Amino acid sequence: MTEPLLKVRGLKIGATIYPPGEKARDIEIVHGVDFDLEPGKVLGLIGESGAGKSTIGLASMAYGRGGVEITGGSVEVNGRDVLQSGIRDIRRLRGAEVTYVSQSAAASFNPAKKIMEQVTEAAILQGKFTRAEAEQRAVTLFAKLGLPDPENIGQRYPHQVSGGQLQRCMTALALCPEPDLVVFDEPTTALDVTTQIDVLAAIKEAIRDTGVAALYITHDLAVVAQVSDHIMVLRMGDMVEYGTVDQIINQPREDYTRALVSVRSIEHEEKQPSPDPVLKVKGITARYKGTNFDVLKDVNVELHRGQTLAVVGESGSGKSTLARVITGLLPPSAGSITFDGRALTPDMPSRPIDDLRELQMIYQMADTAMNPRQTVGTIIGRPLEFYFGLRGAEKQKRIQELLDEIELGEGFQDRYPAELSGGQKQRVCIARALAAKPKLIICDEVTSALDPLVADGILKLLLDLQKIEDVAYLFITHDLATVRAIADSIAVMFQGEVVRYGPKSQVLSPPFDDYTDLLLSSVPEMRLGWLEEVIANRKMESAGN
Amino acid sequence: MHPILKLVAQRLALGFLLLIAASVLIFAGTSILPGDVAQQILGQSATPEALENLRRELGLNEPALSRYFSWLGGILQGDLGTALTNGRDIAESLGTRLANTLFLAFWAALISVPLAIFLGLLAVRYKDRWPDKLISGVTLTTISIPEFMIGYVLIYWISIKFGWFSSVAIINDSMTLGQKLNAIAIPVMVLTLVVLAHMMRMTRAAILNVMQSAYIETAELKGMPMLRIIRKHAFPNAIAPIVNVVMINLAYLVVGVVVVEVVFAYPGMGQYLVDHVAKRDIPVVQACGLIFAAVYIGLNLVADIVSILANPRLRHPK
Amino acid sequence: MRIPIAALVGLFFTCLFFAMAIFAPFIAPYGMAEVVGDVWEPPSEQFRLGTDSIGRDLLSRMIYGGQTTIFIATAATALSFITGSVLGFFAAVSGGWIDQAISRFVDLIMSIPSLIFALVVLSVMPTTITILIVLMGLLDSTRVYRLARAVAVDITVMDYVEAARLRGEKTTWIIFREILPNALSPLVAEMGLRFIFAVLFVSTLSFLGLGVQPPQADWGGIVKENKEGINYGISAALYPAYAIAVLCISINLVADWILNRTTSLKGGRG
Repeated sequence: MTEPLLKVRGLKIGATIYPPGEKARDIEIVHGVDFDLEPGKVLGLIGESGAGKSTIGLASMAYGRGGVEITGGSVEVNGRDVLQSGIRDIRRLRGAEVTYVSQSAAASFNPAKKIMEQVTEAAILQGKFTRAEAEQRAVTLFAKLGLPDPENIGQRYPHQVSGGQLQRCMTALALCPEPDLVVFDEPTTALDVTTQIDVLAAIKEAIRDTGVAALYITHDLAVVAQVSDHIMVLRMGDMVEYGTVDQIINQPREDYTRALVSVRSIEHEEKQPSPDPVLKVKGITARYKGTNFDVLKDVNVELHRGQTLAVVGESGSGKSTLARVITGLLPPSAGSITFDGRALTPDMPSRPIDDLRELQMIYQMADTAMNPRQTVGTIIGRPLEFYFGLRGAEKQKRIQELLDEIELGEGFQDRYPAELSGGQKQRVCIARALAAKPKLIICDEVTSALDPLVADGILKLLLDLQKIEDVAYLFITHDLATVRAIADSIAVMFQGEVVRYGPKSQVLSPPFDDYTDLLLSSVPEMRLGWLEEVIANRKMESAGN
Repeated sequence: MHPILKLVAQRLALGFLLLIAASVLIFAGTSILPGDVAQQILGQSATPEALENLRRELGLNEPALSRYFSWLGGILQGDLGTALTNGRDIAESLGTRLANTLFLAFWAALISVPLAIFLGLLAVRYKDRWPDKLISGVTLTTISIPEFMIGYVLIYWISIKFGWFSSVAIINDSMTLGQKLNAIAIPVMVLTLVVLAHMMRMTRAAILNVMQSAYIETAELKGMPMLRIIRKHAFPNAIAPIVNVVMINLAYLVVGVVVVEVVFAYPGMGQYLVDHVAKRDIPVVQACGLIFAAVYIGLNLVADIVSILANPRLRHPK
Repeated sequence: MRIPIAALVGLFFTCLFFAMAIFAPFIAPYGMAEVVGDVWEPPSEQFRLGTDSIGRDLLSRMIYGGQTTIFIATAATALSFITGSVLGFFAAVSGGWIDQAISRFVDLIMSIPSLIFALVVLSVMPTTITILIVLMGLLDSTRVYRLARAVAVDITVMDYVEAARLRGEKTTWIIFREILPNALSPLVAEMGLRFIFAVLFVSTLSFLGLGVQPPQADWGGIVKENKEGINYGISAALYPAYAIAVLCISINLVADWILNRTTSLKGGRG
């Protein structure tokens, strides 16, 4: 067996937290983690938010972000314990032996300096290469990573290239000094789904060609399965399971891993369209004030009672604008909307109160969707009071019923949003929408800010509630896995137009148009070799590159 | 045209507009407000003839609009009018006083700007440790005391108790530079203390803001030493906010000068303005007010333009 | 909840000063304008802080002066707050040209330094306490306006405000139930800073002889009356400086605490 490049033993990491209104206190966020990484291998670190995966990644560079501090254990890189090293030795390690790729390249590049200068900086500083050599290597890396015009792209400033390109530049920055180990910290999470797989493929190829070892940190098991040799599953600062990719994906040993593997596998029977649609959108065209292009172009969709229409598209496709038009926040320039058999007036303030009541909305960020100064009881109780005039004990009883429906139970009425977890917050928002007894709920990316398991829980809840309440969902999302789980019919949007529309089974079966094909093929699947297959079979280039 | 030139040109035009609007405001403030100005000047015991004479002299019987334009027209030709109290040409009296004020402000700026930036850096370097806390404690105190009181505290302790420097700051043309500097030593100290606190606090905030950026972390993870990170990565991004801070505080200094000049009987523009406010000499007040406003607007304009010029997104458009 | 020591100290002195201002006639040993001794007597059993330039008891002058200064500053702050925050919220909720018109006008007022503006106005207006309060209050309301508008704009773009609009709530509910509770803390903290500014401002005007007129006592005026004494080593003119510094620092400490409490409530790390 070869000597490990990175040897971590009993790693403990602490942080100082500042709870509101209380004294700051120290907590432990990683409770003793062991692992080895051999040269040239890729280890995937996977877990939900709060699992400590980024913190562990940065610990391999003897770095703690913010108030984070390494409190115990050892981290050996090339046989030296970096936690026992002085600052000079640590500086020689960083940027030379171990380098880092962050989630947001846009923030991690200095806006005032050219890309080339930043990419070659570490290699020159650490004495690995001369300037000319480093620049030569950078150009080679730019080309390898599939960046356009590799000779000259380094002369640009960070804001002059796209997000996907900048993430590739960041990878070049990390690979330029010929390190032994690169820490990739969610490098594709902030990208659009069709851009993500190109960047992912580029990173994978670059890792293979340069023979560098890597720690690949992500919350998405399907992504990490494509690039890693081994996977370590983390949960709340503890290791849950460690194994080869094949073993983790195909024969997970722990319940938690099994749950992660089977995430996004909710299925539901597609319902048949009924004769009277609850929502009919006809020929909607819309633009924002002061702009001179249409964000929506002649959109036609229908949604049936008690069913779900998923509107899918990437950022800028116009899917959220469609929600604003339906709610009346943005009156359209052409077209009409029929809701439950009656015409909806284009602007919200002129709509009768029952139209407002029967059309509810749930937002992506539950944090900003609830007034932080109101209790859960007030938040859910207000629609009851406002629409139905419920007061006192009657209102309390109904609030409790709603809380039971969203599986929160007793004792939540008096809590403030800040005291709830992400999933609980989103549940309260669902209860607030249900309180109005709506016929249609617009769900705007309601699961995309949540961890996969929590998101699954929300989707299941929404499906259950649909059966009980017979409510229709207009489900806006960029995530096709979610669509598969919840939709009865699907509208695919691209640059303001609906490019494909119909029942789920039909939309998701071939033959595909080019864009739907690109979108469908871009959703990471939890099997080995998927990435190579997709890249080989693509018809269309992603716009984000 | 390069978009950045366009932006700068826009900002300049806006500054000019603002100056015109400010002149309207100053004029309106002294002309349209309720109350009979002539009565205010001469007091309750004035005879009707005297009131009428004064009104004619001030042109108060003409419509406000035409008075404004003749006033503005005069200013554009360098004619600031004549003082009511002594009948002397205002531009002439203002000349040396303006020079004196600028002399005082110049030395205060020369000392306070580098000192503030140095202390700001020091506070960042030792953030949340005792040097930071000491600096922020002292600045909190100086922010909480009006300029003139700092002046008297310094006079009391430095000039009277220790006998260093003079407690009045009267200068004239026959003095050598050394004598002048000796005379203005305490006023300069006061002004320095007054702007130092704000400038240092804002510098600290500006640098901290830059130091918390993700690209500083990137640099740290490249194994760069702290000083090099500050020089290569923090400085280019911090320069614009710092220049901004300096300009805003210089503008603040201009106001501080007014009070400090009165404390030290310094023959500058502030002293001149305050004297003539008390004497209700409106043409002088208008002229001084406009000059102070122009300097203030000008400095804020420079701050704006510097931050435009320093923004890489604007300098290197897509 | 625990109150940090610095804030407690600040709170104590703030209350002390306000109590002294309110009960001035009962606390002050002598009348405000009563000549009771020699010129500039040193501190003694009889005159705790000595006497002033014409032989009035300095302690009594200080207490009455505090009353005047604090009263004017409080009134001006109240005026600036009511005007500034009402206009600020109104502009933020209305948007469009109303917002533009008010905001540009405020920009214009702020392009002239407050002190210079005040001097220009005071050159034609009589210096009465009412005029001082109105002038300071209106000039300072521009700053309150900017803050209130910025805070309100930040809140109006929140999804929960949109949710309330979509529910069909009236503007009054949105302003008083959704926006105001979230805007209150930064505004209260700002109120402290505005009060400090008002104290400094009125003291400066009085010192220049353009504020509170004698024989009425106020802190800026006491400096003006006794400044000649400095040259003879008499520290009478310095007491107001100490008083103002203690009051302002105390309020600063309280404001800081309120502000910190708010930012941690908004989320942060916990």
